[in-house]
Amino acid sequence: MKKIKGIIAIAAVVLLSSFATVNTGYKIGDIASDFSLKNVDGNMVSLSNYSNAKGFIVIFTSNTCPYSVAYEDRILALDKTYASKGYPVIAIMPNNPTLQTGDTMEAMQRRAQQKGFTFPYVMDEGQKTASQYGATKTPQVYVLQKTTNGNQVKYIGAIDENYQDASAVQHKYVENAVESLLAGQPIKETQTRAIGCSIKY
Amino acid sequence: MVILLASCKHDASQQEQQDVEVSKEIIALPTLEVYDYEGLKPLLKTRSDSTYIVNFWATWCAPCIKELPYFEAINKNYKDRNVSVTLVSLDFPKKYESHLKPYIRDNEIKSRVVVLNDSDSNTWIPAIDPDWSGAIPATLIYNKSKRAFYEQPFTYEELETELQKFLN
Repeated sequence: MKKIKGIIAIAAVVLLSSFATVNTGYKIGDIASDFSLKNVDGNMVSLSNYSNAKGFIVIFTSNTCPYSVAYEDRILALDKTYASKGYPVIAIMPNNPTLQTGDTMEAMQRRAQQKGFTFPYVMDEGQKTASQYGATKTPQVYVLQKTTNGNQVKYIGAIDENYQDASAVQHKYVENAVESLLAGQPIKETQTRAIGCSIKY
Repeated sequence: MVILLASCKHDASQQEQQDVEVSKEIIALPTLEVYDYEGLKPLLKTRSDSTYIVNFWATWCAPCIKELPYFEAINKNYKDRNVSVTLVSLDFPKKYESHLKPYIRDNEIKSRVVVLNDSDSNTWIPAIDPDWSGAIPATLIYNKSKRAFYEQPFTYEELETELQKFLN
């Protein structure tokens, strides 16, 4: 029994320390590392693949989080509007699929097909990218701008302020951020917060 | 009626099962206290001698559902120590009838349940705690002199350990 308690204690420490690393993610102005993650079509996706992009809308999202599901159409709309302007959407699924069985590669493939995702939907196997970025939940957006130093973090947060009703949205945070970048102007709100599903590490 | 009783005898187990289902239906769904952030605010501070545990959860959030029994147990076991648990649901309004109310009823939740329905989360999340990213489960423990916020799931023991810091 004591042994079991010991194991639980160790597990708790490991779990808590993983939370600690999560909180030390990117801040506005940091240079985001590139990654090589497997897409639903079997190909590997890296930011460096996009030689013509001006930046990226990186969205940590999942099949199983109702907030992510509520935003799927809006994520599609973002890609439709901004991929051609140089800011494609890259959707990253950061959950550990053994803990969140609705987020396996097969489930991601089904979802991408059903919804007709026009953007990569990659699995963050080992969850290194999410912890590097400091993502804590889905959905969570990082808008990056390509600079000579690398991909600079320009915006972190929610897509907009109203998950319930896309037609009642008053603050299109991500859209405003990308529009500002395209116009060469400073982003008014660089960080926003919304409720989301904690990433299952 | 006689015929009904007779048939009961023949298939008692099936009848029992039906009875259970019927009685479940008869227990009415609970009514909900739904607030916006302004309405919730008074539940996040106190001048009394009580200690409050406020847990942010939703029926769709698996780790929330896993830890909910621990909050229920703390609410029960620490009642005479002036500890009170409030469960703040973040379920979507369209799920109140289909998911939230049946969950409260079927699990016989004894802690106070309130619902926060306020889309301006960019304002109220940092107001509740500057370090809260918005992920749930999340828990606030406070009394009149002390306050702590936890963006993490709890075990019973972990929750009890944190609570003890407020009681001693």
